[in-house]
Amino acid sequence: MAFDYEQYLRPGKLPHIWCPGCGHGIVMKGLLRAIDRCGLQKNNTAIVSGTGCASRLPGYVDFNTLHTAHGRAAAFATGIKMAKPEMDVLVVGGDGDGIAIGGNHFIHACRRNIDMTYVLMNNYIYGMTGGQFSPCTPTGDRTSTTPYGNPDPIFDVAKLAIGAGATFVARTTAFHATQIDKLITAGLRHKGMAVIEVLDDCPTAFGRHNKFRSVVEMMKRLKDIAVPTQAASQMSPDQLRGKILTGILHQEEKPEYCEQYQQVIARAQAAAKF
Amino acid sequence: MAKKVALLQGNEACAHGALYAGCRFFGGYPITPSTEVAEVMAVELPKIGGTFIQMEDEIGAMASILGAALTGAKAFTATSGPGMSLKQELIGYACMAEIPCVIVNVMRGGPSTGMPTGPSQSDVMQARWGTHGDHPAIALAPSSCQEIFSETVRAFNLAETYRMPVQILLDEINGHMRERIEIPEPGDLEVLNRQLPTVAPEDYKPFDDTQGDVPPLAAFGSDYRYHVTGLNKAADGFPTSKPELVDAEKRRQLRKIEANQAHIEKNEEYRVEDAEVILVAYGTISRSARAAVDHLRNDGIKAGLFRPITLWPFPEKRMARLAEQARAIVVPEMNLGQLILEIERATRRVCPVEGIGRVDGELITPAEIVAKVKEVL
Repeated sequence: MAFDYEQYLRPGKLPHIWCPGCGHGIVMKGLLRAIDRCGLQKNNTAIVSGTGCASRLPGYVDFNTLHTAHGRAAAFATGIKMAKPEMDVLVVGGDGDGIAIGGNHFIHACRRNIDMTYVLMNNYIYGMTGGQFSPCTPTGDRTSTTPYGNPDPIFDVAKLAIGAGATFVARTTAFHATQIDKLITAGLRHKGMAVIEVLDDCPTAFGRHNKFRSVVEMMKRLKDIAVPTQAASQMSPDQLRGKILTGILHQEEKPEYCEQYQQVIARAQAAAKF
Repeated sequence: MAKKVALLQGNEACAHGALYAGCRFFGGYPITPSTEVAEVMAVELPKIGGTFIQMEDEIGAMASILGAALTGAKAFTATSGPGMSLKQELIGYACMAEIPCVIVNVMRGGPSTGMPTGPSQSDVMQARWGTHGDHPAIALAPSSCQEIFSETVRAFNLAETYRMPVQILLDEINGHMRERIEIPEPGDLEVLNRQLPTVAPEDYKPFDDTQGDVPPLAAFGSDYRYHVTGLNKAADGFPTSKPELVDAEKRRQLRKIEANQAHIEKNEEYRVEDAEVILVAYGTISRSARAAVDHLRNDGIKAGLFRPITLWPFPEKRMARLAEQARAIVVPEMNLGQLILEIERATRRVCPVEGIGRVDGELITPAEIVAKVKEVL
């Protein structure tokens, strides 16, 4: 039986603002399938975003939703989770939002290993403002503010998250639709900070500057560059050049921040008795 | 029964006032000269099951208290000069999304890093206009440690009542000054909570103003689900750019303060009944001004003190009335002329308005004020 997306969509809020061919809708559907699979309750779930195209997602879905200022989603979400640890808290957003202006909040949420699930839609560009380069735009690529090619090196979101201390880090692409909900499901079930990066396409802003003639061509590229981690272990460095690894890239058990703070409360209350 | 007394710094009194008001979430970032507020909250909140979190930066601290406030918690942060500049982005968010919270700004010399350990009152205009866009503002400037405690309680009450951020302006002097204070018993001071929705969850609109200018605010994680955004929005919380809805929203947000100014406004007057010279001073400097009034009276000059405790909204009607009886108004403040602009506006300069400004990190003394008054008359 086909999955009933409408049970999670707010009536009357579609159509969304995303351009034809944008992958954000694919990610939203994957997110809803994962939420359903994990049995998250609408009243007990908060979905937080910053600002940008991807950050409009919360407005369409029927949960406690918070569309915040550019880059600040992880910090708002931290406040929600620490004030009400029993809630399930998710963050959604883009690469400019999460990794440039929100980079500090992102790495510190990872470091704390606070129990939330961060779905980062990386389309390598600031889409809403018309296509300027982000910290994830590949070196050499063209955008409206890198008309002669991007001189900047990129941030590898997954490596950044792992280095900062996130205990679940996974990556897939908007082409691999069924893997999106599997990885978000695994992230939601993981206790601690889970980061799922979804490489996404922006035909309007990125594609047009970089000689992609169609959405299909952009999707085909996502398909071609993705290599599952298991397959990668059998491949040579030459074969892996220009590829990106997909699947669960990192998972470990470490103390979760809200639980750590519960111990602070217990110690403070024990000390107060004397 | 004997009153519970304590010798507290202003910053400590502020933290204890917040706890008295029911604050259960503090998100902070260390900055001089406000740090003692965070330190007290770090000790006390876990004892009562509340949450203290030190965030990665000032913006994150502000974001964390807004997230916490949306779950129903009374939320609080403390900062100073440069930190206040960083917080402005999300103070605007709190105004727009109408999220109650309290921010104490222990003012220090600026701009930029300025004088971290030097007092100042130079954030008066920042408290009103620091964030972009038209928005309401409430800012309180208590003087003594006792008043810092009670005004902090009132700050939470106002934040919860009007569903908006409220700022407390201290400075390095009264933040670090120690005084004997009487700790109120529970019930001695009024403690107010936000209005929760009574409609069925499916009928709830977070910005529905049909019952008044302050719509009830549901908590995340309760039976009510809703959307919050920093965009202009309709009553249901979803973005709109319809001119009539945007206009109505902004005017309502300002009206909830303007229409309730009598409830929000708080002033103290000292020997003003027959005063020919009115000193207008707030916070720490009001203490020098009060002493100056007595000196001037001893010298045969009829002086009085008007002390706004609520700086924003500014008590313009009372200020205008006092100006009518005065030969001159003198405004000592630790900046180069901020509240004086509002006083000139409110009084329409029916009498001379003269300022005394100091920005060298030193207190304005009673003697300086006395000398200035004699020069003006």
